[in-house]
Amino acid sequence: MSTAPVIELIDVHKHFGTNHVLRGISATISRGEVVCIIGPSGSGKSTILRCINGLEAYDGGEVRVDGIRVDRTSPTIASIRTHVSMVFQRFNLFPHRTALENVIEGPVFVKREPREQAEARGRELLARVGLADKADAKPGQLSGGQMQRVAIARALAMQPDAILFDEPTSALDPELVGEVLSVMRTLAEEGMTMAVVTHEMGFAREVADRVLFIDGGVIVEGGEAQRVLTDPQHPRTQDFLRRVLRPI
Amino acid sequence: MFWTDAANFMPILLEGLRLTVIVTLGSLLLSTMLGLVWALMRVSGIGPLVWIAKCIVNVIRGIPIIVQLFYIYFVLPEFGITLTALQASIIGLGVAYSAYQSENFRAGIEAIDHGQIEAAQSLGMGWAMMMRRVIIPQAVKIVLPPYGNTMIMMLKDSSQASTITVAELAMKGQMLASSTFKNSTVFTLVALLYLVMSVPLILFVGWLERRSKK
Repeated sequence: MSTAPVIELIDVHKHFGTNHVLRGISATISRGEVVCIIGPSGSGKSTILRCINGLEAYDGGEVRVDGIRVDRTSPTIASIRTHVSMVFQRFNLFPHRTALENVIEGPVFVKREPREQAEARGRELLARVGLADKADAKPGQLSGGQMQRVAIARALAMQPDAILFDEPTSALDPELVGEVLSVMRTLAEEGMTMAVVTHEMGFAREVADRVLFIDGGVIVEGGEAQRVLTDPQHPRTQDFLRRVLRPI
Repeated sequence: MFWTDAANFMPILLEGLRLTVIVTLGSLLLSTMLGLVWALMRVSGIGPLVWIAKCIVNVIRGIPIIVQLFYIYFVLPEFGITLTALQASIIGLGVAYSAYQSENFRAGIEAIDHGQIEAAQSLGMGWAMMMRRVIIPQAVKIVLPPYGNTMIMMLKDSSQASTITVAELAMKGQMLASSTFKNSTVFTLVALLYLVMSVPLILFVGWLERRSKK
């Protein structure tokens, strides 16, 4: 695994009004690395992802993607977004377009790829997420798990350097979580750089290279996934994992 | 008796109907284009544009259509802008209705889930492409039923063009009635002609509403 950083966060701060949600986040994600971000609700996990592709502005520190500063008011932001794709909790597929059209929307209209080429790759990607037969289905005809797999194919179609997953399985019925996680696991094995905000501790332990535990807008503890999840050092991490792993 | 009168009056009324259709279609087209412009300004998030669009819409909404028509036809010539009655009526009704159109369009655009905007942005789309590829195609579905209602209202309000001498259907009827004293025949025909044009539109709107609920 090479260690060129794809994503760098340097002392990132973010306020929502008077609420100081990110209080100096510093982290790097290297090429090919899978980093899971865990922590209680409202701890700022999703905000970190949203600052990386400029869906949210940050007001202190610096975020860099492939060495370029992320600034959502700068013209460079569109190009940054084509380098880091995003998969959302609520899928956010375009309901008026078929699965295949969702997948090729970015390549054809943003990256100006020839349509035939994009369609051919789009069909391959749908096959890769197990939905070759759903190319012509509208999102309304798909299950949550299928929609999220289309969303992953849409992210892959941009041929990104990294994919950000914002709680990709949190809106799914429990029996549909597995199909999405298994697609993500395959991506990880193929060497995709991934930042995953998740509550799926099993996935984090088995797939992630590193885990960052966020609470109150700071990285309380971070390190090798197995170590953080099985032998947490910080009392807050211990407390969180105890509650997540043994909720009753 | 009615039928022979009706046969005599019909060609004259149909001339008026032709103008009614021209005024309605012309002002519909203009109000749609202007309404879209005001609506896009309102949702642009750019302070001055938002403010200008708000002012325009409120001024237009606050003045009766008939006064706007008088203004365009009788006042603008004092500033060197002379329009034919037909042009003035299309512009007047088009501008007046653009305010209602824009409020409808804006409501449709704002009804789109914010996640759609984020998905479009995360693909690297700019504002214009996002509007064209993602937001407007979805907003159209929401906007169409009220748009159909606006079409019906515009068809009927085209009769206001008669106040600035456009000899459309209502005015032709009035002229015919006052010269023949056949009030009941003439106005029954006029009313029927409006209905013949409205009813298909009304059915169309009903169909759109049923479809949008699916």
